[in-house]
Amino acid sequence: MVTYVFDGSLEGLLTAIFEFYEQKPDTIQLVWQKLHQPAMLEETVIIVNDEAKAKRVWKGLQQKLSPEWLKQFYTAYLSEQPQTFQDLFHFACYIFDNPKGSEKNFGNPHVIAVSKMVKKVGRERHRMKAFIRFQKTADGMYYAPVEPDFNVLPLIVYFFKNRYADQQWIIYDVKRKYGLYYNLHTVTEITYEFVSAIDTNKVNLPQELTDSGEELASLLWKDYFNSTNIPARKNMKLHIQHVPKRYWKYLNEKDGKN
Amino acid sequence: MSERIREKLSILADAAKYDVSCSSSGGNRKNTNKGIGDSSSSGICHTYTEDGRCVSLLKILLTNHCIYDCAFCVSRKSNDVKRAAFTVDEVVELTMSFYRRNYIEGLFLSSGIFKNADFTMERLVRIVKKLRTEERFNGYIHLKTIPGASEELLTEAGLYADRMSINLEMPTESGLKLLAPDKSHEDVKKPLGFIQNTITQYKEEKKTGLIKSIPKFVPAGQSTQMVIGATPESDMEIMYSAAQYYSNFNLKRVYYSGYIPISYDTRMPVIGSQPPLLRENRLYQTDWLMRFYGFNVQELLNPKNPHLDTDIDPKLSWALRNMEHFPIDINTADYKMILRIPGVGVRSAQKIVQARKFGKLRSHQLQKIGVAYNRAKHFIRCADSPYLLHEPDAPHVKNLILAESSSKYLKTAQNQLSLF
Repeated sequence: MVTYVFDGSLEGLLTAIFEFYEQKPDTIQLVWQKLHQPAMLEETVIIVNDEAKAKRVWKGLQQKLSPEWLKQFYTAYLSEQPQTFQDLFHFACYIFDNPKGSEKNFGNPHVIAVSKMVKKVGRERHRMKAFIRFQKTADGMYYAPVEPDFNVLPLIVYFFKNRYADQQWIIYDVKRKYGLYYNLHTVTEITYEFVSAIDTNKVNLPQELTDSGEELASLLWKDYFNSTNIPARKNMKLHIQHVPKRYWKYLNEKDGKN
Repeated sequence: MSERIREKLSILADAAKYDVSCSSSGGNRKNTNKGIGDSSSSGICHTYTEDGRCVSLLKILLTNHCIYDCAFCVSRKSNDVKRAAFTVDEVVELTMSFYRRNYIEGLFLSSGIFKNADFTMERLVRIVKKLRTEERFNGYIHLKTIPGASEELLTEAGLYADRMSINLEMPTESGLKLLAPDKSHEDVKKPLGFIQNTITQYKEEKKTGLIKSIPKFVPAGQSTQMVIGATPESDMEIMYSAAQYYSNFNLKRVYYSGYIPISYDTRMPVIGSQPPLLRENRLYQTDWLMRFYGFNVQELLNPKNPHLDTDIDPKLSWALRNMEHFPIDINTADYKMILRIPGVGVRSAQKIVQARKFGKLRSHQLQKIGVAYNRAKHFIRCADSPYLLHEPDAPHVKNLILAESSSKYLKTAQNQLSLF
């Protein structure tokens, strides 16, 4: 058993796959650098990211997988889960070692592991489309802080760009300290410096930064949320199943319910 | 000013909430003009109320003033409730303000009937027209068809709305006559049919390819709703009625709304009695079996079995009544039959059919694929199934399944206040 240590990037993951076919050890385990604890008798290979090698592996996958599956590969990667990195590694090897179409073998443990993670990340992506709440700022910008379980911002760029084409917006991942900014033309990635005027640890913008209509809009939404409920059908278990508590912080209709 | 709009919203959202449709799916309007909004074809639920229902659209009435006196309706003329009415601009502003903040997918606009059908429909159309043309709004719009409105108004409405709907209210004509003598199912069928025909016409014209840009006409189709438990129809009557409307009017959805007592009228369940939530759930399960699992309604409900079981779901119930079809061999059976196995959903069935091409499937693989194996195991054979001396009988299987499942309905009565 050889341990491959990589930096958690997609390029690193793909480079590791390349090295595996180059070096042909029997079995390997893929470990994320930040979680790596060296053991005494362990044979360790530090994976040095190599764009050319990564590209070759990606091209190889392109030849074997449909565009849909390539997207799924990337989606699963965004989970940032150590186990999934390992699953993706084995999945890629399985794809390379078998005839085209093998990704449909749901009896294979690597295929099913990747599929399951794709579903989970997909669910988180869908939740962000649903649970993002913009606040309008005094200068007409729409701002939303988020804290998704997985790194899903890359998966929602087009959704928000197409939907809110005529307003400027920022979606900021508080946990990962980066965000998306749309300037009416293109979406760019931004760092914490871009939002330095805002205390991103606080969900609500201070009143002096918000548009004059923001308070009423938010109030009306809360009113609506309460009026549309049917108390005779109350079912908190179902409610929490659909809106897990960890998201409440960012939902203005759940203000004060935390 | 803000107090008045808050009060209106509370009254008119409260009055609209008994319409259970919340779907925002099936829309395909794209943001092509750098306007605002882009429909998500699968629909998005932006939040859920404490009763666990999805909130996707801003669901409001234009007004709760109404000339009708339908016993089951909270806005009936004789009911002593606060009345209010939005202006056209107020609805447009609210919709845009909510949509821009990503609170909603769009608008679900309904109304009490004031003056007459055309007068009401004309106001509704004015709102959606303003949203589409002035605000360049491409989000989802679900608009109520007002029975009796002119065909010109319906045609115009259909050009702006994504979905339109008219409620049957009661599953049968006799039930409706009992509670709303002024209404009839014929009044519903006429506009449903008119809009359905117009949808077909637009589609046909598009197919010919002669005209470049055929406008969209009700792209997300039509739906309807019936209230259950207010009148004494059997499950069979309800579902036969639903099946008929699905096939005659090509409806996208039929909604079943468990009656929530809102009136002291002696013809209906009294205030405070439990809404029939379990029954509603079983009806929806039956509806799904008809639409996605290839079941014919007569297989699930018939004069011999006019009511759905309460302790088990309709798919399991069908299987237990038809044990001669089982066990089904996962590795050879037709996709259609795999879909009928209790514990196997559409996704699992698709995965099974793809995966078995690579080799015979065994039980641990089925579990990983997502099959509810403890339920399915009584109805299937796979590569490692043990040899059985005799086929299990239905009552025995039912007991085994009930013993290890915990129905969310049977263990505790819903909504019963906890004492501690």
